[in-house]
Order: sequence, then structure tokens, then C-alpha cells
Amino acid sequence: MKRLLLAGLTACAMGWGLMSTAAAAGSASTDSGIHVSTLANGLTLVVKPDRRAPTAVHMLWVRVGSMDEVDGHSGVAHVLEHMLFKGTPSVPAGEFSRRVAAMGGRENAFTSRDYTGYFQMIPANRLADVMRLEADRFVNNRWPDDEFRKEIEVVKEERRMRTEDTPRALLMEQLSAVQFTASPYRRPIVGWMSDLDAMTPDDAREFYRRWYTPKNAVVVVVGDVEPQAVRRLAEKAYGSIPARAVPTRKPNAEPPQLGLRRLEVKAPAEQAYLMMSWKVPGFQGFNDSAESRDALALTVLSAVLDGYGGARLDRHLTQGADRLADGAGAYHDFSGRGPSVFVLDGVPAAGKTPQALEAALRAQVDRIAREGVSEDELRRVKAQWVAQAVYKRDSLFNQAREIGTYWIEGLPLDTSDRLIERLRAVTADQVQSVAQRYFGQDTLTVGTLLPQPRDPAAVRKPAMPIRH
Amino acid sequence: MHTLCTRLLAGCWLALASTSALAGLPIQRWTATHQAEILLIESPALPMVDIQIDFDAGSRRDPAAQVGLASAVAAMMSKGVRAREGAPAMDENALGEAWADLGAMLGASAGGDRFSVTLRTLTMPDVLQGALKLAARQLAEPAFSPEVWVAERARFIASIKEANTRPGTVAQRTYGRAVYGPHPYGQEAHEASLQAIEVADLRQFHERHLQVCRARVSIVGALNRAQAQAAVEQLLSLLPSGGACEALPAVPEVQALTAPAQQRVPMASAQAHVLIGQPGIRRVDPAFFPITVGNYILGGGGFVSRLTEQVREKRGLSYSVYSYFSPGLHAGAFTVGLQTRPDQAAQAVDVATELLKRFVQEGPTERELQAAKDNLIGGFALRLDSNRKLLEQLANIGWNRLPLNYLDTWTDEIRRVTVADIRAAFQRVLQPERMVTVIVGGPP
Repeated sequence: MKRLLLAGLTACAMGWGLMSTAAAAGSASTDSGIHVSTLANGLTLVVKPDRRAPTAVHMLWVRVGSMDEVDGHSGVAHVLEHMLFKGTPSVPAGEFSRRVAAMGGRENAFTSRDYTGYFQMIPANRLADVMRLEADRFVNNRWPDDEFRKEIEVVKEERRMRTEDTPRALLMEQLSAVQFTASPYRRPIVGWMSDLDAMTPDDAREFYRRWYTPKNAVVVVVGDVEPQAVRRLAEKAYGSIPARAVPTRKPNAEPPQLGLRRLEVKAPAEQAYLMMSWKVPGFQGFNDSAESRDALALTVLSAVLDGYGGARLDRHLTQGADRLADGAGAYHDFSGRGPSVFVLDGVPAAGKTPQALEAALRAQVDRIAREGVSEDELRRVKAQWVAQAVYKRDSLFNQAREIGTYWIEGLPLDTSDRLIERLRAVTADQVQSVAQRYFGQDTLTVGTLLPQPRDPAAVRKPAMPIRH
Repeated sequence: MHTLCTRLLAGCWLALASTSALAGLPIQRWTATHQAEILLIESPALPMVDIQIDFDAGSRRDPAAQVGLASAVAAMMSKGVRAREGAPAMDENALGEAWADLGAMLGASAGGDRFSVTLRTLTMPDVLQGALKLAARQLAEPAFSPEVWVAERARFIASIKEANTRPGTVAQRTYGRAVYGPHPYGQEAHEASLQAIEVADLRQFHERHLQVCRARVSIVGALNRAQAQAAVEQLLSLLPSGGACEALPAVPEVQALTAPAQQRVPMASAQAHVLIGQPGIRRVDPAFFPITVGNYILGGGGFVSRLTEQVREKRGLSYSVYSYFSPGLHAGAFTVGLQTRPDQAAQAVDVATELLKRFVQEGPTERELQAAKDNLIGGFALRLDSNRKLLEQLANIGWNRLPLNYLDTWTDEIRRVTVADIRAAFQRVLQPERMVTVIVGGPP
């Protein structure tokens, strides 16, 4: 149950002898080999050559996710993502996937609170072809109502699988709904079931027309490519998409939380599960604001608690015969378009209560608030980040995903290079200070999963073999 | 082995291959001290190396009453090492800290066939040396502390009980037993089998199976042959190496099913989980390539397979629907899987079963075959475009004793497959009239 806690953060590529230095005309390139330019219609293009193999990944990210939905329409960003595979006047339903497959490619798409993304992994010489396909559906996505009626059922099955039959996911969904009041982060990405039931084809079409505009999107290409050539291909494929203003976004600012919030979720399970989530600052960029400095320190704090085998939570909570927990974790949402949180979570061991685990998790933060952290711990988490910065460059996909995420969040695209230096500069005092300031009762939401037997009558019946 | 290219050698090879006659993927293979087999691809672009060591110690070697033993050994390898001359004992926390200090990672896991130890580290000399030294101790001298094992076992059992509340887990377990019968491939650790494992059993399993002469080592990264040789020597230096190993006992083959069976497990859940299948093929099966291409068409090819087309795209019955073979040292299962609202389960089973029957009877169309080849051949480079993927390919070659030019001939093998080959292979291997169908979820 340990989370990939460095996600988004470990993501820090180092400038370790990158291959590309030449800047494309009218574009900027950084030491990290990232080439950025903007087409006349406002679409951003980012290219990062990585010539280890003759392949490339092509991604299109739109700065629209579930946080841009309104009540009654939850899940529409994700449903639309599914519908983008359902055709255009020149590429009938299913044909997009068939063509990418015929190129030898692999493809999929993803939706989060902050963004919607589409990607293809391809032999590098097929880049022009996937760009044409992606540009076409970005502006020409059209489908009959009947396609929507089938696909919305697929999405409901996805919701049943990911959320309704997964008790800890249910708890997380309900925790967000309690933790956030005005922020759209309170709604689930996949949508409430009744909103999916009530969604119409036109709801998806309207969302598409509103948000899929070049200025609201970035194309990221990483692989065996030449930046100027990619720029020419992008002009050709995406350049003719008409420019359109991005709709005004409402701030939906989350008002300050003025007291502890608690919730319980009863669901079929054997083990209880506890989630404690504090509202904390996220990283705002390299402006050296107090918020950004604290966000860096909070991320170091999460790593000191749970960043490696034998870190504090493991050592004090999950080991030995009298352990309090069978698992425990710490996680800081480092950056995002919406509010950031710091989460401590855990599974109470047999015979231990969620209350005892809650107190023990708090005590670990309190101890750091009192005593600080050791230089050894700091050195250790930083050594890991430096190494991770090399390892993650083994994957084209991860490099592209990182760039896309930074663009969505409005952070510099070479954030990963610069971040590692900032993290290394975080001091023990800063870590102690954030542990003192951000973990009060009033900004905390605590969710507890209370395990229930699953329909005992049905479960206890032995499997009945039926011959046919 | 220096070439004109400074990038990843596989990349060079691919670039060459597309313009000239096939040049070989530069895989080096040799036998190091005490019969450990080494496979190496030099990949100097990033200052890192990935090493995988495979042993014939997967869960098929678990004693029937101690299912979970191989996995337990794997889990306990990170929980402490014994003291040795000049080096004090280290507990799990000291090990965790040491790996974090190095920025390196060591993992161990047991699959059905293989027990695999993987190391990922930077190649700066001091880091590399530190990582190899620590890995060697963990590989050879795990502490197997009784107190730690008792706690780990309790956590293991608790997580199994938790997993058993989920329809997906229950479906997998029910299906495994039904397809494999008593064969170890169908056994899953449970409370009693774990309670039957004591520290002495962990030790004995470890001593017997993790020996130098049983090791197959795969390496991808910024090491040349001499450096790789030195790394392996160091990694294996503490393991017993008394020459040739005694042969391990043969594991029986998976028995074919003799009759169809349907098992329903009622459970109040939002979805029913459906698994349909039977024993499939061994990795050495001569029809490996027709099976690979055929399954791509049937249910392996993402959004373009027949199953996805009929179950998801046409009818909206499931978010995920797939088929796969699991070729191993024994005949791993052929499986069709999907999840759907319980009241639609019968319909989904009918659609999938009919489709499967028809595919076995008729095979694919020429057009489908061409589309599959376009994807598999066109996308071959995507199987080799990172150190991680290259390592997987190398370990596959080493473990299954495939020829060194396996990757050079891979696309030709795919190209050669015909509709008749696929039909013949599927008709020989699959008997839709004798499959297991498991449906977990929904009212009794």
C-alpha cells in the first residue's frame, strides 16, 4: 500500500549530457534539451529528443479535467475522452485505433482532475501520421448518439470496477467530497453514478466545443526526432485548427477550513483503513514564495516519513509482533491546478483500532515538529532523488508525461531539472518548521473505512459447480 | 564492444536493420565462474545498469502443504542479513537505509517458474561497488529472523484475507484451481499453508535453490563485458558454488481438462467477474508464434481485438475484456476475462464463448492477419526502446534458452505465420467445449 510517493517529484531529469542543443527557429530550448514553441493558433509544442532507439511518444494534453466540470455534469471530461475514439467525418468509429495499430503503435488516453491526455507510442517515422489523426479528432470529433449510449455503459462499468467494488477507493471518493466545499476537487473524476445516468450526448459535445481549443492544449513529443522537423510536421497537422479563446475559468477557491472534519465509510472488507488529509500549500513555481518553499519542505517531510524501507513510519508502526499497522504511508500532492493536500494513511493491524493508528501517525509528525530530522535522513532522501532523476530517463513515456504535467500546471517545462537543486537546498529546520505549522486539527479531514461482511449469507455458500 | 554509434546499441541495430541486411542485436553470452550464465547488452547512454538473476525456484517448487514458500523467501530477503567476517548483521531498517543512501534498488520476487532478483543502480564506481556488495550479502546471507518472519507472516495472511473479500481475487483463485487442478500453477498461498512455514523451511529452500550453478544473469546498462563479468563475480561471490548442481526433481505437467465446468460464486458486488479458459501452451511449443499472432487478433490487441470489438465497442458490456496465454515451463492457462454488471454476466459469457468457438473453428481472416502483422512487426522497436524492456527480453532469452539471434529473427517468425497456422494451433490447443467458466458476483 506504499504509494509511489515521489510521483511528480522524483520526476526530476538531470542535465546529464543530453543530445540536443540546437534551438528551432522561433522556439526556446533549455539545457535539458526541451524545445518549446507556439503555433500561430496558440497550440504549444514541446519536443525532447531522446535518440536511444528509433521510437517516439506523441502526446496531446488538454488543460481540462474533472475540476472544470459543474455540478450535475461530473464525469463529462472523462466520458468525452472515451468519445474521442468514436470518430470524425474522415475517420469512422474505431478507425483511429486500427490505424495506430497498423503503424505498430500503442495508444490510450487518461483523464485526471487537472487534465485530459491522449498518447501514442510509435516507430519514430510514423510521427506525421499520428499527428494528423490526433489533430483531426481534436477539431472534428463527431459521432451519432447511439455511440454515446453504448460508451456511457462502458464508463459505468469502469466506475463499478475502479470505485464501487474497491472499498478504499470509495473512502477516498467520499473523503474528497467532505474535505472540499467550493473546490471542484470534491467531485470524482469518473463522475457520480447518477450524473452518468443523466448525461446526454450533447453534454459531451458541449464540453468538447468549449474546452478543446489550441490555446488550451500542448503537444509533447519525446524520442528519436529532430525538433525543427517536428515543428514543421506540427504546423502541417495542427496549424490549420482555428484559434479560439479559452473560456474564463472561475477560481472556485476553497474557503479556509475552520475545524476538523470526520467521515466513516462502511464497505465490504476485512481490514479497516484510515486516511488523514491536511490542506497544505502546493508548489507555485520558482518565485521563491513562502508557499513554494513550504511545499518543497513538505515533500521532504513525506520522504523522511515514508520515502524508503526503514523510514520512520515503517520503523515505528509496521514492524514486530505488537505493530500498530500492517501498512502506513505519507504523501504530499506537490503541485496541481487545485489545492494540495498532505496525506497520512494506514491499515490497522489485527486487534488495533483506527483511533490508535491515527494517534500514532500524528505522533510521528509531532515528533519531527519537536525534534526535527537528522542530516542522515535528509542526505538519504536527496540521494534517492538524484538517482531517480537518472532512472526515469530510461522511459520516453515518463519523460513526456512529466513535461505535459508541468505545462498543465503552468510550471516551467524544465521544472524537473531545477527542482532537484531546490530540494537539495531544503534544510532540517525547514522540515521541522512545516511539521510544526501545517498539521493542526482545523485543516484536517479524517476518513475511516469500517469493514463490513459482504452479504454474509451469499459469501458463505460454497462455490456450486454447475456442469453444462 | 564499441561501435560507430554512441547511443543505445539496440537503437543502432534497429536503424541498421531497416536499411541493410540483418545485423545482429549485440547480445553477449558467456558462462562465468561456476556455471552462472550471463547475458549482456551494453547500453552506455545512461550512467545506470539493470541486473536480473533468475533461479529455478518459482512457486512451482513450493511443497503442497507450504504454498507461498518461494514468495516468503523473496519477501524475507530484504528483512535483514547475517553478520559475516568484517561486516556486522543488518536488520531491515539498516538495509533500507543503505539502499536509499546508494540511490539503488534491490528486489526479489517469485513467479510460477522463476525466482528473480533484480538490481538497479547508478554506475559511478563507488555506488556500483556498494550496491554489488550489499546485494551479494542479501542474496546469500538473509537473516531469516524468526521474530520478523512471524510478523511478516501475519501481515501476509491479513492481506490475503482482505483480498479474498474482492470478487476479482475470488474469481482468480477459483479459476486457478479449476484450470490447473492439483498442479502448483493453480495453488495460492492461504492461511494454513503460510502457518506451516517456519524459518527453517525458508532457510532450506534458499540454500537448495539459490546456488551459483542455477543462476541465469541478464545485464543491460553502462558496463562493458569485463565490467559485467566483475560485477557478476562480486554479486554471486557469497553464494554456495560447489561445482555442478544436482538436478531438481521434475514437476509434473498440467493435466488437460476432461469436461466443461461452470462455477458460480454469488457475492453482493457491483460487477460480476468472468474468467473462461483452460490449460494452454508451454513456452517451447512449436506454435508459439501462431498462438502469439492469433491471440493478438482474438483478445490481445488493445482496442482492436475481436473481443473488445464485440463485448465493449458493440455492446458496452465491459470496460475491460481480453484474452491471453501464459506460456511457461508448463502449459500455463489460456484465459478470457471481463467484468460486467451482474445481470449482464450471462449475456457477456454467451458473446465471449460464441466468439471464441468461432475463432477456433475458422481462425482469423486474411485481413485480420495482415493487421496483426502490421502491428507486431511495425511495433517491434517498441519492445526494445528502454533498458528495462531490453532486460526483459534478455531474461526471456536466458531463461527459456532461446537462440541468441531470437530477436533478430522475431519479425521473420511473425511474418511467416499464416491463417492456416493459427487455425491449426488454436484447434490443437483449445477445446471450447471443455473449458472452465467462473462467474463471481451477483445473486445466487
